Formats: sequence, C-alpha cells, structure tokens
Amino acid sequence: MAKPTPQQASFTELTPLCKALGMIVTDVGVGTATFTMPYNPALIGDPDTGVIHGGPVSVLLDSVSGLAVIAHPDNTAMTATIDLRIDYMRPSPAGQDLTAHAEVYHTTRTVAFIRASAWADDETKPVAQATGAFVFAKKAAS
Amino acid sequence: MNAKTEPVQNIKRRRDGVLNAYAGRVPFFKYLGITFERKGDELTGVLTYDPKLIGNAVVSRLHGGGTSAFLESTATITLGWKTIWDAMESGEFDIEADVIKLPPLPKTISITTDYLRPGLPRDAYARATITRAGRRYASVQVDAWQDHRDVLFAQSTLHFLMPDA
Repeated sequence: MAKPTPQQASFTELTPLCKALGMIVTDVGVGTATFTMPYNPALIGDPDTGVIHGGPVSVLLDSVSGLAVIAHPDNTAMTATIDLRIDYMRPSPAGQDLTAHAEVYHTTRTVAFIRASAWADDETKPVAQATGAFVFAKKAAS
Repeated sequence: MNAKTEPVQNIKRRRDGVLNAYAGRVPFFKYLGITFERKGDELTGVLTYDPKLIGNAVVSRLHGGGTSAFLESTATITLGWKTIWDAMESGEFDIEADVIKLPPLPKTISITTDYLRPGLPRDAYARATITRAGRRYASVQVDAWQDHRDVLFAQSTLHFLMPDA
C-alpha cells in the first residue's frame, strides 16, 4: 500500500469514463489499487430508493482492476479485460461515495487474475465483489 | 375491444408509452446514453456513442465497464418488459396518467461479461434472451455487437431476483 505516483494517479484522469464518473486513485501497491467514486444522482438505477445502478459499480470494479494489473511489477504493457464476473451483494446506499480495491492474485505469461471489492462505509460489508481475467504481458525473466 | 382488431395507433401508443415509462424511470440509462427500440415485443438496446464512454484513450476503445453496464441494462429491461407484457396488454396500467405506475425492475444478482473484441468508438447494440424465467429467479443471456450482428464484441450472462409477485 502506498500513495500513487503522479502517473498512477492520472489513470482515472486519462480514462474518459472514469473521469466522467469522478473516480480518484487513492492508493496503489504491488499489483493492487484503490479508487473512490462519488455518489451522483445521475447514476441512480432505482428512483424510489436513490440507489445507484449496478452499471457504474461495474465500471468502478473494472477500472480499479485494470490499474492493479498495470501496477503489477511484472507488467510491461497496457491491459484489457478478458472477462469479469460481478456479484451484487447489497444495494449501494443512497448518497454515499464508494471505495473499491482490487488485487492481482495470480499471473501467467499472458493473463492476470484479479479479485476486487467495492463498499460504501464498511469494508466488511461489500456492495459488490468481482473476479476476472485481464490481458497481461509478463516481463521476461532476467 | 377485440384484441385482433384493435386500431394500430392504440397498440403502439400503449406499448411505446409503457416501454418509455418503464425504462425512462432510470436516470443512469440517460447518463450512459442507453435507449430501447421495439419491434412487437422484441427489444434492442442501443448505446449511442459518446466520447465519455472511452476506456482506453490511446487506442480509442469503449470502456469494458461501460459495455457491461449497457449489457446489464438491456438484460434488465428485456426481462422486466417480458414480465409486464400481459398486464400491459390487458389494460392494467393507466397509460393516461402523468406518471404510469409500473412494477419495480428485476434486481441483478450477478453478471459475467466476456469481452470478445475491442469496443470501437461507435454505437453499440444489444439483444437479450431469457434462458429461464422463474417466479423468484431468472437467467438472461445478452449479446452486444456494433457493425455486424453476428460479430459480437461482448456477451454477458446474468442472474436476477424478480420483484415480489
């Protein structure tokens, strides 16, 4: 866990959909990343409760996973999502910002496997969790 | 009114009115640029291209999360639309009301998206197939394409919790 470098911090700024959703990189480690995303009424999925749609949560989990892959010390290139599974565990509380954390838990020469979680105020009560596979270009052994 | 001879303008007004009210309640659809086209009971989700949908600005590709959000939206509305169809056709909804009162949308339990090809900076389309519609749970499969209907760029499988009967 460490403060993101300026280059890492600029990830959300340089990714149009992350920027539009107001995501901020708060932490980047060894194959890990943490983002925040502010609550925004334009993202509501259920107008009766003010709960945001699952879509922006997907974007958050996909994005934070992407930076975790890029931040992996063996990574040499950009990445792309191969597949992503998201479980929606509870409604995202109306009016509250979200935090998401992703970690790369395994890499092969060509694939990085990630898991990620998003929560409002309590990390032990996730709104959604994700697992996925991402394109990975591993550094050749020296 | 005999259903077989009902004037076409009445049918279209009812179906389009209910669909617009059903999908129009979700602010996020407007935010992302998602609309629905109807042919009879068949729906096609349309994601209108906008520069904010880009995920990789270097090569200009759609963001995978945005694509997934579009597929989830198309699956939700297609499933919900099927479940309210009979009630709509039998005139249960007051389509003259300022706000048409409609049942809540199904809730997503999980979504798995496979990214088959890069999403290009142009409109995308999606169509969903309901693989199982139970009283409590439903499963839906969605295909997304851009230029060619049979060249998919993403595909999702979703499970839903149905609104209380």
